[in-house]
Amino acid sequence: MTGQTQWSTRRVRWIALVAVAAIALAGSVIYALQAYQRYQDRSSGVSAASVTEQLPSGSRIVFRNTASGEGYGKIAAVPLDDPHGPRGLGDVACDRVYAAEGLVSCMRIIRGIPTTFETQILDSAGRQIQAWSLPGIPSRTRISNDGLVATTAFVTGHSYATNSFSTETTIRGTDGRDYGNLENFRMLINGSELTAIDRNVWGVTFASDDAFFATVASGGKTWLVSGSLQDKTLTSVVENAECPSISPDGTRVAFKKRRAGVGAVHWDIAVLDLAAGDETRIPLERSVDDQIEWLDNDTMLFGEPREGAVGDSDILSLRPVANAKPQLFIEHAWSPSVER
Amino acid sequence: MYLSLSDWTARRQAAGAHPAATVAFKASPTVIALGIVSMLTDISSESVAAILPLYITGALGLSMVAYGFLDGLNQGTSAIVRIAAGYTADRTNRPKPVAVVGYGLSMVARIGLLFAQGFAGITAIIGADRIGKGIRTAPRDAMIQSSSQPEHLARSFGIHRMLDTIGATIGPFLAFVVLLLVPDGYRVVFVVSLAAAILGVAVLGLIVPNLRLRRPVAETAGAPSESKIGLPARPSVRFRDVVKGRLRYVLFAAGLLGLVTVGDGFVYLALMDHGHLQTYWFPLLFVGSNAVFLALAIPLGRLADRTSRAGVFIVGHLALAASYLCAGLDGSIPIVLLCLVLLGAFYAATDGVLAALAGQISPEGATSTGIASAQTVVAVTRLVASTGFGFLWFLFGAGPVMIGAAVMMTLLVPVAWRVISKRITQPVDRAAP
Repeated sequence: MTGQTQWSTRRVRWIALVAVAAIALAGSVIYALQAYQRYQDRSSGVSAASVTEQLPSGSRIVFRNTASGEGYGKIAAVPLDDPHGPRGLGDVACDRVYAAEGLVSCMRIIRGIPTTFETQILDSAGRQIQAWSLPGIPSRTRISNDGLVATTAFVTGHSYATNSFSTETTIRGTDGRDYGNLENFRMLINGSELTAIDRNVWGVTFASDDAFFATVASGGKTWLVSGSLQDKTLTSVVENAECPSISPDGTRVAFKKRRAGVGAVHWDIAVLDLAAGDETRIPLERSVDDQIEWLDNDTMLFGEPREGAVGDSDILSLRPVANAKPQLFIEHAWSPSVER
Repeated sequence: MYLSLSDWTARRQAAGAHPAATVAFKASPTVIALGIVSMLTDISSESVAAILPLYITGALGLSMVAYGFLDGLNQGTSAIVRIAAGYTADRTNRPKPVAVVGYGLSMVARIGLLFAQGFAGITAIIGADRIGKGIRTAPRDAMIQSSSQPEHLARSFGIHRMLDTIGATIGPFLAFVVLLLVPDGYRVVFVVSLAAAILGVAVLGLIVPNLRLRRPVAETAGAPSESKIGLPARPSVRFRDVVKGRLRYVLFAAGLLGLVTVGDGFVYLALMDHGHLQTYWFPLLFVGSNAVFLALAIPLGRLADRTSRAGVFIVGHLALAASYLCAGLDGSIPIVLLCLVLLGAFYAATDGVLAALAGQISPEGATSTGIASAQTVVAVTRLVASTGFGFLWFLFGAGPVMIGAAVMMTLLVPVAWRVISKRITQPVDRAAP
């Protein structure tokens, strides 16, 4: 190869590189500008759902509005007797929300460098009463009859190469009561104490002022546990159960149950009769990844991401019987809670 | 005319009379180009990694639980793929195509990320990205080795690791800036990440020369030529020979030290355990130790070239032991900073230097396999260490475990030194009169 052809080949290569760089840069900038425009439309345009200015009072279903347009991501509510009607919009944006006993627990991501996370406790009019910081990404929240707030956050490492992820579940009240991280409660699995380092707790549901249910995980297994705030204990009830939710009459617990077999994780829903001890499994076509909320003693609600629309989801309803099929309940909504 | 077994040996012998200090250092354009490839690829992967948990939970509405289940599987696959790719690069004598496959696979995974919504899709994409990383590492390091001056090998690796770490620092920062400007702009981050990955592959494909790791056998003196018509014959690389040679002492020493190397994640957790730091500072601790790593990568590489690569690699583990000690004792701000400096120094003294050391003593024509073996031994023993330390952590608490690890490391460093010091000498030292 002569010096000249070598030089010209090199020149062609450099020109090609500059062209690739220009296309890559221009493509990213154009995409970012379009995405910004879409974000503007989504957050200030006409909502995809019919909305009203004010949150309804009285018995209602509170949720996160995921309809694109004005009010995206904000707290919304519909009256319990008109769930399919227009939704009232609140002012506060949350990633997970739960309302009970005149309180609203709003878990949110605060974008920035570094990105931080917090739980805000609001009164029924939407005014902030308290706020505390969360150690990670909002996941689950529940409020007990006497105003205790349970929150679960995912604590992740910086990089997905580091294999570090855990949950932190805490229970505390707005009055200063603080039960701390449930990981420090004494755990009894099938009668013996669980001491493994990889133990995690998530998805609290309150049964009374003292008793609650939650999930304990360790070594790739999960258990439904019944907890006592007084004794600071967690005792296993059944294996393979996540994100429990107790029925309004207190007789049954519904949870996610992982389908056996390797490959992608698939969760069905199961309902455990606490007195009889038998479990009704409801196989579902699409995997469920939410904590169930009971609409009434015969209907369960849960959120499901909408296919083909990242960031949007629907609330479905399901009867607690073996052959039940999910029905669309509230469109463009996420994180339901029923305030009776 | 005397022709040695390899270009590298020839240069080594030509340089034999001069110690490293007197051979003028000249940065290889290939090493810098490979550094830029790694920088762009790290911007690409780390920007996504930083926001992936937010995307999975916040935008896709999935919990992270299932994510943890599949993580261990990927780590195992990556180790096997790494050795296989190193071996292929040696067998074909052309590391660049193998590296292109590795970088290309990660690039394709970024395209997939734009469309994936379900959990299975996301995990498959992350798996593909990791396999890509496993494939590219050893052939790339072999290319760095073959295009560097043997006297300045660790310094060349230092240049590469510095550029690589700059990318790993820019990536997360870039991602969060994008999310600040375009809230919920996860896909913008994915597009920017894809653009960086494409650019990285373009620099590799267009600028990095298609190097051969060794001269064709026909040209080498004394080697039996299988080809009668002048075509280069391929001497077969046998994996057994690679791990049976002097490299086995390096593998043993690196593995020994790897068994008490619990990774920076644990050190950060131990620092957090003292209660002075909020969890959301966690990502910034990585940035801090990365900054030290990139600042020290070249100086420590130079030091390794002038003194002993094996020595710097082994003594570098004392910096890790010291960081365990300070993380175990206290969590005040000056201690946190000291810890980050020590961690950065540890990575600067060991990461590129190990590649230089393994490459330097691998048998002729087996540098990729040799480097891949050393990196795999380190990855696997560190994984074992992390698992074991996790259990001890719960039993004894963060403080005692970190102090115990520091003591263990301090005891093992002289053992590793004994294993390695008599058998591995610097090529320039040995060649010097």
